[in-house]
Amino acid sequence: MSEHIMSSKFYYAIWIALLCLTVITAAISFVDLGPFNAVVALVIATVKALLVVLFFMHVKYTSEKLTKIVIVSAIFWLFLLLALSMADYATRLWT
Amino acid sequence: MSDSPIAVEQHGPELLHHFADAEQQRDAATLGMWLFLATEIMFFGGMFCAYLIYRFWYYNEFAAGSRSLDIWLGTINTAVLICSSLTVALGVRAAQMGKRKLLVVLLLLTIVFGFAFLGIKGVEWYDKYKEHHIPGNSFNVDDLIRDYPQLHIDPRHEQIYFSLYFAMTGLHALHMIIGVGLFVFLTYYAWKGRYTPKYYTPVEMGGLYWHFVDIVWIYLFPLLYLIDRHR
Amino acid sequence: MATVAVTAEREHYLNKEYGIRSWLLTTDHKRIALLYLISITFFFFVGGFFALLIRLELLTPAGDLVQADTYNKLFTMHGQVMIFFFLIPSIPAVLGNFLVPLMIGAKDLAFPRINLLSWYLYIIAGVVYVHCILTGGVDTGWTFYTPFSTVFSNTRVIEAGIAIFIAGFSSILTGLNFVVTIHRMRAPGMTWSRLPLFIWAHYATSIIQLLGTPVLAITLLLVVFERAFNLGIFDPTRGGDPLLFQHLFWFYSHPAVYIMILPAMAVESEVVACFTRKRIFGYNFVAMSSIAIAVFGFLVWAHHMFVAGISLYSALIFSILSYLVAVPSAIKVFNWTATMYKGSISFTTPMLYAFGFIGLFTMGGLTGLFLSALGIDVHVHDTYFVIAHFHYIMVGGAVMGYLGGLHFWWPKISGRMYPEGWGRLAALLVFAGFNLTFFPQFILGYMGMPRRYWQYPPEFQVLNVLSTAGSTILAVGYVLPMIYFLWSMRYGKIAPDNPWGAAGLEWKTTSPPPTFNFEEAPEVTWEAYNYEEIPAPAEVSVER
Repeated sequence: MSEHIMSSKFYYAIWIALLCLTVITAAISFVDLGPFNAVVALVIATVKALLVVLFFMHVKYTSEKLTKIVIVSAIFWLFLLLALSMADYATRLWT
Repeated sequence: MSDSPIAVEQHGPELLHHFADAEQQRDAATLGMWLFLATEIMFFGGMFCAYLIYRFWYYNEFAAGSRSLDIWLGTINTAVLICSSLTVALGVRAAQMGKRKLLVVLLLLTIVFGFAFLGIKGVEWYDKYKEHHIPGNSFNVDDLIRDYPQLHIDPRHEQIYFSLYFAMTGLHALHMIIGVGLFVFLTYYAWKGRYTPKYYTPVEMGGLYWHFVDIVWIYLFPLLYLIDRHR
Repeated sequence: MATVAVTAEREHYLNKEYGIRSWLLTTDHKRIALLYLISITFFFFVGGFFALLIRLELLTPAGDLVQADTYNKLFTMHGQVMIFFFLIPSIPAVLGNFLVPLMIGAKDLAFPRINLLSWYLYIIAGVVYVHCILTGGVDTGWTFYTPFSTVFSNTRVIEAGIAIFIAGFSSILTGLNFVVTIHRMRAPGMTWSRLPLFIWAHYATSIIQLLGTPVLAITLLLVVFERAFNLGIFDPTRGGDPLLFQHLFWFYSHPAVYIMILPAMAVESEVVACFTRKRIFGYNFVAMSSIAIAVFGFLVWAHHMFVAGISLYSALIFSILSYLVAVPSAIKVFNWTATMYKGSISFTTPMLYAFGFIGLFTMGGLTGLFLSALGIDVHVHDTYFVIAHFHYIMVGGAVMGYLGGLHFWWPKISGRMYPEGWGRLAALLVFAGFNLTFFPQFILGYMGMPRRYWQYPPEFQVLNVLSTAGSTILAVGYVLPMIYFLWSMRYGKIAPDNPWGAAGLEWKTTSPPPTFNFEEAPEVTWEAYNYEEIPAPAEVSVER
């Protein structure tokens, strides 16, 4: 974690962005995008999560590479669990 | 007796003896907290895996269950947590700048937001209780079957949705309660003046935890509340 | 045995403070290691007791010692106690806790109080599990498969699940402590490439503990909720999928076996290097293989589910991945063997365990490859072939690694030498007893004897009797070290700082070490395993 002190204005900007994205994701769920509703919702959630991680949790400004490795590894490991499990479920009915 | 021959510099009582210097202690705490958050990702992740598979199998029941949740309360709660993340981030900044009173106010605000979230959650759960949507012996989704005949809801599958709903939001709420407890301690010590620009690691670490709990909710909200709302 | 009187007894971590509070509230990693040593030894004998009853029942084809339901409880609790309360903590919590700070030149682990918390969580978990045993036990198989565990079992499933849940957090915190310590607290000059391979392997173990155990925790929690609140998440009659439980369960439980074997490999590297007086051959390969095992170990879990109903296509993927995961382990075996080539070998007790480890682990590992082949697995799944396979690795591998490590570092831990003659005898008894116990089980499994059955066809009796006979020899081999280690604490020869002439920072401090490990903070300017610079010790005398 660096000693970089961010301006409070910047935090407020991130806050506003997060609130807007929240409203957007709720509103857009009422629009029929077919199978893409789920994708859009998850993309917006990921953008929000990135804003929190990078700015509120200071990961953008840290000089510590290990932090980023830990975060990426954890997310990757979760994907391993999800992907390899789904590999079974998605192919069970194949002949 | 050999005490620490290494750290002979003047340091406050917060420097633990087995560390060489304050920077090492802080780096250790930071790495430790991030690793802990990684374990939390896997902890919640197991339930996300269950959710993924059952949503794949029982999409209709998941849609009906999702629509039975109050989207206003869910959105407001999301906003509440985002506000709490703001106060946390500003709080860490206040600590960095040595502004004790501001720090205390921000920590208290965070606790207030935390309680607000839990209160709204309680209201939502109570609604589910009244609607007989809590899994168990009085579980009954005749109302959903009646409202969405086109979905051909199987009540057994619907119960799986609600089991996951309560398990996931319940576990999240438990983490919120722990977070609020942590912040009560932080507020007390902040008020006592323990945190200075040289040493505010606990505030920082508490902040990381709190932000993580917020991020979990950022994902829970669309996954639980926003399924198939457009129909 | 006369102990050499020291003029003024030097202060070290054992005599610095006396009294129960100084032990129960300690934050010294070395004392915590000893607290763990006592606790896991207790559970080893609890689990061993269950094993003894199993082997006694299996002396005869008929079910005549215990009832069938009781037998189900015996093998369940044998497995759960041995895995969660003995093997998973064993080397990391005892030897890892003791040695990691010493080996890297630190004064303690990064989070000493969390270390103590780890032990208390383990004890609480142990108390809950013992209560579970005493109030009826659990009969689901150590794997808690649903829907039997969630719907049909009438035993204390919830209590057992909670106990293991708590034990899981003990494991997670230990792993967290090790990773932070290794990253942040290495002494000046202790670069990653100068770390003992013991540290690399414990680092890899800790990664697994951190990333895998939480999934077990949430899975057990879901089982507890399902049973307590009558949910249907894993119940096929209500739309749930029992295989979902198995996916989540094995996502942890397969990497868990690497939690159990990597630390034994850690010991193996140190012992082989010391008693061949050579740097481990292919240091980089061994270090990277530890990491590879940790990573690949997460990619193979569904090989436990080949006949459970997963799709053939995913079974193919998991089968191929299971072959791949054997490669880094094989690399390590080749490297240890290559280290011995033209080495100066001494057949001390730790080295006997090390030899046993290489042979038995290799056999266990190779039979794992048999199981990875879908065609063979259909035939031997759920038979004694599987049981023999994993006991070769976990007992022939992990337990022998643990015992070898205990002997190797005993002088450092206690300041005393154990009696070498008895040590060698016990090692040979363990090796002989182990093989007699478990080799027949390969044959039994191949011939079709199912696991978890309390009776069997009469044609299997001879092999079962041999197996039980072996288990009694094995038991003697395990009890002997308990006795002579305790004996040595009072009557053993006083150990010098470095009785084995071994490389490593832990041997540069006194035996036992002072509370803060080093009189002066070390600065490392030499490579690991610099045996060319270290004089060999005098011959270890055989004492009775």
